[in-house]
Amino acid sequence: LVEEVETKAKSIRRSIIKMLGLAGSGHTGGSLSAADILACLYFWEMQIDPHNPKWPDRDRFVLSKGHAAPVLYATLAEKGYFAKEKLETLRKLGSPLQGHPDMLKLAGVEASSGSLGQGISWAVGMALAGKMDDKSYRVYSMLGDGEIQEGMVWEALMAAAHYKLDNLLVFLDHNGLQIDGKITDVLSPEPVADKFRAFGFEVININGHDCTEIMQALEKGRQTKGKPTAIIAETIKGKGCSFMENQADWHGVAPNAEEVEKALAELG
Amino acid sequence: MKKQATRDAYGKALIELGHIHEDIVVLDADLSKSTKTAGFATEFPKRFINAGIAEQNMMGMAAGLATTGKTVFASSFAIFAAGRAFEQVRNSIAYANLNVKVCATHAGITVGEDGGSHQAVEDIAIMRSIPNMTVVVPSDGVSARKALFALYAYKGPAYLRLGRPTVPVLYEENLEFNLGKGIELKAGGDATLIACGIMVAMAQEAADKLAESGINVSVVDMHTIKPIDTDLIVKKAEETGAILTLEEHSIVGGLGGAVCEVVSEHYPVPVLRMGINDVFGQSGTPGDLLNYYNLNVSHIIQKVQDLLKKKRK
Repeated sequence: LVEEVETKAKSIRRSIIKMLGLAGSGHTGGSLSAADILACLYFWEMQIDPHNPKWPDRDRFVLSKGHAAPVLYATLAEKGYFAKEKLETLRKLGSPLQGHPDMLKLAGVEASSGSLGQGISWAVGMALAGKMDDKSYRVYSMLGDGEIQEGMVWEALMAAAHYKLDNLLVFLDHNGLQIDGKITDVLSPEPVADKFRAFGFEVININGHDCTEIMQALEKGRQTKGKPTAIIAETIKGKGCSFMENQADWHGVAPNAEEVEKALAELG
Repeated sequence: MKKQATRDAYGKALIELGHIHEDIVVLDADLSKSTKTAGFATEFPKRFINAGIAEQNMMGMAAGLATTGKTVFASSFAIFAAGRAFEQVRNSIAYANLNVKVCATHAGITVGEDGGSHQAVEDIAIMRSIPNMTVVVPSDGVSARKALFALYAYKGPAYLRLGRPTVPVLYEENLEFNLGKGIELKAGGDATLIACGIMVAMAQEAADKLAESGINVSVVDMHTIKPIDTDLIVKKAEETGAILTLEEHSIVGGLGGAVCEVVSEHYPVPVLRMGINDVFGQSGTPGDLLNYYNLNVSHIIQKVQDLLKKKRK
C-alpha cells in the first residue's frame, strides 16, 4: 500500500510540473515539498468520496498555505474529483483552478485559502463544528513554515488547544524557505516544535517525504485524545527536481518548457 | 419616550432566534457583556464560542463553522470587527460568500469616553466596498430585532452595525422590515433627509421643527446601506429636488457616499452630507460628542436651510 501511495505522489509531482509549465506562473517549490503528505492524506488517511464532495460526514483538508494550490489540484484530479485535463487551465481566465484555492469554483476545495494564516482558522472552525454536532469526521490542515510568521496562526493554535480539538491535525511543511530566503534569516519562527508543544499540541517530528513515517504519524494523531496534533514534517522545497531543491528562488516561479522536460525526466 | 440600545435589542433577538433555529452559532471576542451576546452564551453554552481577544481568528473560525451549515453571528466592537479583522472578513467570509453575520456594536462616536481609538467612523465605507456584503444600520431597537431576523433568513455574508447608547424607540412591533428597502417616515416636498442609525430620530425631530416654520421635508430611514434602495432615492430626488444625508460615520464613503453615487448617476440634484467630517473622534460623553461634531437637531435645521439655497429654481 505504501508503494501505491508513493506512485500517486510521483504522479502528483508530474501533474504539478506540467500544469505550472502551461500556466507560466505559480508556486512550484512549496507544491513539490507537500506532495507526499497530500498523497498520504488523500490515498490512505481521509474518509472522502470524490463523487460526493459535500458529504456532511467527510474528513476535511484545508490547505492553509494556499499558494501551493497546484499540489491540491493535482491531488484532487488524481483522486477523481475532476478530469486531469482541467489541470491545464490553471490560472487562466475563467478557470475553476484559481491561483489560490476557491471553494466556490472547484468541488473538493474545502476553503478559499491563500491569504496566509487564514486557512488554519477555517480548519479550527470546522473542527469546532464537528465537536458541537458530535460528528466523527476529522479535519486536516497544512501550514507553511514561513506562514507561521502570521500572528493569527497562533490565535488559531491557541483556540485549537483551548477547545481540545483532538479531531484536528495540522501539518507544518518545514522546508525552511520563504520568498526572500531562509526562514531563519527572514524572521525565524524556530524552535517550531517547542512552540507547537507550548501551544498545547501533541507534536510529532517526521521526514515529510517518507510515506511510512507520514502514515505512522497520522495513525498516532488519530489516537491522540484531548488535544490537537501537529506533525512537523521536514521537507525539501522543490523535492524531486534536483535543480529546484532547496532553492528559495523556486518559491513563486514556474518552469519553462525546457525545465519542464528536465523535471519530468528526473521524476520518471 | 421609550429608549433602548440597538445592541440590547440584538442580544435579546439572538436568544429568540437561538430557540427557533438549531443551526445558529454565536462567536465573540471577549466582549460578550458589552456586545450583549452574553445572554445567548448563558442560554446556549454549547453554541457559543469565545474566541478570546483574537478577532482575526474569530472571523476565520466563523468561516469554517459556516462551511458545515451553521449560521454564524460573530460579534465585537466595530473598530475591531471591520478594522482589525477586515481582511479576514473580506477573504475568509465574503470572498467565499459564507453565511456569517458580522454584528458589530459600539460603532461611531457615541462609544463616548473610550475615545477616538475605539470609535469606528469608517466601518460602513469599509464593509460596503466588499463584494457579496450586505450592510445594515438599524435606527432603533425594534428595527434592530427585525434586521436580525431578516439577516437570519438571508443566506450570505452581512455586516450589522449597532450602537452603544440607548436611543428612542421609533417603531411599533408590527413594523414591516425588508432588507434593501428604505422606510419613508415622513413626506414633504421641499427636501429629503436620508438617515441611518441614531440620526433617524434626530432627522424626524428636525423635520417636525422645520414644519413649524413652513418647510416640509421627507424623512427616510435608509437602514440598508448595501444593497442601497436606488428606486427610493431616485423617487425622492425627483419629488423633492434636494437631499441631505445623515450618519454617525465619516462623510467619506458611508451612507452619504452611497446616496451620492445613486443620485449622480440616475437623477442629479444637490446633496449635502452630514456626518463626521473626515476626522477622528475623542473622549467625551456621547451627548457632548454629538454636539461637538455638529450631529444635532439645530445643525440639521441649519443644513437644510443651506441645502434649500442650493436647490435649483
